[in-house]
Amino acid sequence: MDTSGGSLLKRSLSKSIYYIVCIAIAIVMFLPFYWSVLTSLKPDEEIFAMPIRWFPSHLTLEHYRKAFTTVPFALFFWNSLVLAVAGVLANLFFGSISGYAFAKLKFKLNKPIFRVLLAAMMIPGIVTMIPTVYVMRHIPFFGGNDIFGSGGNGLMNSFWGIILPGASGTFAVFFMRQFFLTLPSDMMEMARIEGCGEFKIFWRIYLPLTKPALATLSIFTFQAGWNSFLWPMIVLNDPDKATIQMGLQAFSYNFQTDYGPMMAGALVAILPILVLFLALQRYFVQGIAFSGIKG
Amino acid sequence: MASIRKLEKHQARTAYLFITPTVLLFTVFTVIPVVMALYLSFTNYDVLSRNDWIGFDNYRRLIEDSLLWKTFRNVFFYSIIFVPLNILISLLLAILLSRTWRGVKLFRTLNYLPTLTSAVAAATVWIWLLHPEFGLVNGLLSYVGITGPAWLSETRTAMLSIIMLTLWQSVGSNMIIYLAGLQGVPDYLYESARLDGANKLDCFRYITWPQLRPTTFLVSTMAIIGALQLFDQAFVLTQGGPANMTKTPVYLIYQQGFNQLQMGYASAQAFVLAVAILIFSLINMRITKAEEPIV
Repeated sequence: MDTSGGSLLKRSLSKSIYYIVCIAIAIVMFLPFYWSVLTSLKPDEEIFAMPIRWFPSHLTLEHYRKAFTTVPFALFFWNSLVLAVAGVLANLFFGSISGYAFAKLKFKLNKPIFRVLLAAMMIPGIVTMIPTVYVMRHIPFFGGNDIFGSGGNGLMNSFWGIILPGASGTFAVFFMRQFFLTLPSDMMEMARIEGCGEFKIFWRIYLPLTKPALATLSIFTFQAGWNSFLWPMIVLNDPDKATIQMGLQAFSYNFQTDYGPMMAGALVAILPILVLFLALQRYFVQGIAFSGIKG
Repeated sequence: MASIRKLEKHQARTAYLFITPTVLLFTVFTVIPVVMALYLSFTNYDVLSRNDWIGFDNYRRLIEDSLLWKTFRNVFFYSIIFVPLNILISLLLAILLSRTWRGVKLFRTLNYLPTLTSAVAAATVWIWLLHPEFGLVNGLLSYVGITGPAWLSETRTAMLSIIMLTLWQSVGSNMIIYLAGLQGVPDYLYESARLDGANKLDCFRYITWPQLRPTTFLVSTMAIIGALQLFDQAFVLTQGGPANMTKTPVYLIYQQGFNQLQMGYASAQAFVLAVAILIFSLINMRITKAEEPIV
């Protein structure tokens, strides 16, 4: 009786310590968010109040209005959205159709091509950055270029210059292949016997089964597209084509003393990913477990 | 018999059709640029006029480029602190949150949230967090009677600021990978160890850590590759300053290539960085002794 009471006490004590540690860590991780939300909603004079004002006297949306009116933030937002959504759609389609081919179809060059794709994942992005600009500039028939790729700007300063290089990311192909490998092949054979075309087998039978993988891949590619900074900064010169990351950077650089709108801008730049993540979260861990990236 | 061969031929043709977009994009935006990068590093390509073969001149020049070596020293300093801390913290978080107690999922999500933010948005928030007078960090330090430094403008603390920010942003995703890895450790190992009288520390040292080796290899390789290519945060948070203390090789390559248009020389620098990344990855492979390949 005594011992069980003692162990119960010990257990609840260790459980309490566990939760205290977890909560403390979570607070540290969450504090920057809270702090920037707080700053973005505080009236100006309280932003610079010391000691810290954890709860403002009243909330104001003034900084959000200012963030959207001093720079064309809505336009930047739209540009980023177009780029990120195009990136997601392209990767979901091309990634799954070639992932399916590598996982489920027999052809001679299957292994060699896939190995080359994987090996290329190890090449750091900085190596291909400069020559890719050259390729972009001299791509034939685009942006005023002739058949020899000269005369115009090619894909530079165009959204295609962002979308195309990442349209079928190696990671997407690899990720989808891993998922298709887990699916049985007999459905494929059945469908073939019934005279179903190869594309129809992929599109109607196998693709619908990969929803968790597609959801996870959507988060990854949307995040990559929405958050990318260096490459859009190189490709796009036209201020009307700037992305939200470029806009935010220029904004925080030019308005360094205006912390309220700066925090408002940063939060707006985070929001879409947050929404997407929370919407698709239940697929997420499942997708990671399937992909085998645990090693 | 004939029809089977016909079917296989048909299948192979479909497969090649399915992977065509991927292979085409891969050729244009990876294979050609990699080959070209090597070629360009032996030229004085400057976009506007010249593109002459100059042999090893670029490579001779970078041996004497003191700024380049400074950026390398900076990024090595960053990596040597960032990578081990990243692994340690994300592993501890994963072990802490590998239980299935109530509320653990919420804690996981809270730790994962920072990884969703873009480097630019996170850096923007941290500019404000690290504000010397009104920032949260120094505000909290003042509670315990410490006068915090001017984080971003002091040579001593600028790189530490970037380390703090990137740790905050990256431990969440590695925690998820470690969580997946921990799920793969078979329970019977712990059970039999406990029968042999092993304590928790023994279990970690002789079971968890060795079992997680492939995961650690994956996480550390990705961390090293990412760390040596540090750019976004250094660009937004400190603009490479103060006194070039946070200028990184990618930053220098970007400036050399796209601001000063010395693309040939910048390509040579990119190759040196790529070789450095390769060397560090190989060293890491030795240390983590990944017996089995990742894919």
